[in-house]
Amino acid sequence: MSNQATAFPRPVPAITDVSRPYWQAAREHRLELQRCDDCNEWIFYPRQVCSECLSSALSWRQVSGLGTVYSYTVMHVPPHPGLADDLPLIVAVVKLDEGPQLTTNIVGCEPENMVVDMPVTVYFDDIDESITLVKFKPL
Amino acid sequence: MSLRGKAAITGYAEMAPQKKPEGKTSLGIMAEMAREAIADAGLEKSEIDGLLTACSLSDFSMLWPSAVVEYLHLKPRYFDQVELGGASSAGMVWRAAAAIEAGMCNTVLCVVGDTWDSRLFMAKPPPFPATEAEFDAPYGMVGANPGYALIAQRHMHEFGTTPEQLAKVAVDQRTNGCANPQALFGDKRITIDDVLSSRMIAEPLHLLEIVSPATGGGAFIVTSADRARHSPNRPVYLLGAGEAGEHSSITRAPNMTHSLVKPAADHAFAMAGVSREQIDFIQPYDCYTITVLVTIEDAGFCAKGAGGRFIEEHDLTWSGDFPCNTHGGQLSFGQPGMAGGMSHVIEGVRQLMGRGGERQVDGATIGYVNGNGGIMAEQCGLILGVEA
Ligand SMILES: [Zn+2]
Repeated sequence: MSNQATAFPRPVPAITDVSRPYWQAAREHRLELQRCDDCNEWIFYPRQVCSECLSSALSWRQVSGLGTVYSYTVMHVPPHPGLADDLPLIVAVVKLDEGPQLTTNIVGCEPENMVVDMPVTVYFDDIDESITLVKFKPL
Repeated sequence: MSLRGKAAITGYAEMAPQKKPEGKTSLGIMAEMAREAIADAGLEKSEIDGLLTACSLSDFSMLWPSAVVEYLHLKPRYFDQVELGGASSAGMVWRAAAAIEAGMCNTVLCVVGDTWDSRLFMAKPPPFPATEAEFDAPYGMVGANPGYALIAQRHMHEFGTTPEQLAKVAVDQRTNGCANPQALFGDKRITIDDVLSSRMIAEPLHLLEIVSPATGGGAFIVTSADRARHSPNRPVYLLGAGEAGEHSSITRAPNMTHSLVKPAADHAFAMAGVSREQIDFIQPYDCYTITVLVTIEDAGFCAKGAGGRFIEEHDLTWSGDFPCNTHGGQLSFGQPGMAGGMSHVIEGVRQLMGRGGERQVDGATIGYVNGNGGIMAEQCGLILGVEA
């Protein structure tokens, strides 16, 4: 499997001009999301317009980084060949206290200790010299 | 205006899924399926003046409908690609009926073929939305396994659904598959223990709860109700259809356990004027066991959250009290890429034409088919019946 992992690089985000502030903040270990100035909706993933009212008036705001595990799965087969060395991998959807849901990984928790709705806090994983992934750990 | 009874399916063809392409191409399979379906409907190729197709996962390209037209030397007055993932084939039925009713054409060939295998997915995956590549894939949310596992986990948490209840879907559908000579996995029945002792892939989903990719294809012919009267087969009328969408990634679904099957089914049943009690069988898209359970709930065959107990208490086999995926479903039939969702439409038609053979549901006159694309992202419900 390790040969495969060498042949296939791990999937990394292809950052756009729209999403750069999100990834830049993560690099600096802050979780920032867009919020609509017109309807106050929190927005994730980053967009050019608010997905609720379609306003272009969006501002970046730092959020608490607190949330709960809406659901999770422990992957025993690599979902991507570049992740073959990461097993068992906990893929989760975390619901932030502010509302939006993120796809993420839970770290610092044994798979058998995972529980739906458990509280978590953000953990910034500097995976290489330019990318920081937004993961979560038990609170 | 409603499409109820305006058009019918009059012929079909289906290839037995195989593990490897064995020299076949997507276009070649589609041409073979077209030839057989046109013959089955008692038509000449020249009578086909509409075409609906779906992209092939193995030969993904733009301009696909015209590539199909060129390969088959068709001259459609209406042609298009339906790209609703696994719901594409179900989505073709009402689109064909609508095009016919609108006067755009008379007879539509709906055809899909694919040479799909799991190594291709790793080596040459079809492009998926950039938003998912950026915000989901880096965390391992790739392909369908993690998404459906998340749904299953949340469903168990909210409703107490058990692994045994989920496994029974695979067990009953395997019994159906064993009555289908075309099924890829139809040679041996399985037990709940077999399912739960198969390899854990993405908790809580085991290997035998997950579809296996294959090469295959299918086609069906939709024509006006008037023309359908001259068909050599018993016409199968479109009585109702409904579609729904709201998200792409399951992470962005407003609710992971309450799916869009509900609005799609509600629309289809309302158009058809048919009650749930009148349904003789269901053919719900099954990429995973949890997909069938959620579809049974959200299509209204039991209360929300009661799907696990419903499956426990009902016999989903072709001779049971709630026939479900009588061809074995994709779990036993195989999942020939984008053609996988065609198997549910064709099995529904086959049963209503009375051509179910060994697995014929006695006296079937009305059936429910559901197409599901992506991670519960695209839903198309159909009510089919033998009387317009
Ligand atoms: Zn807004």
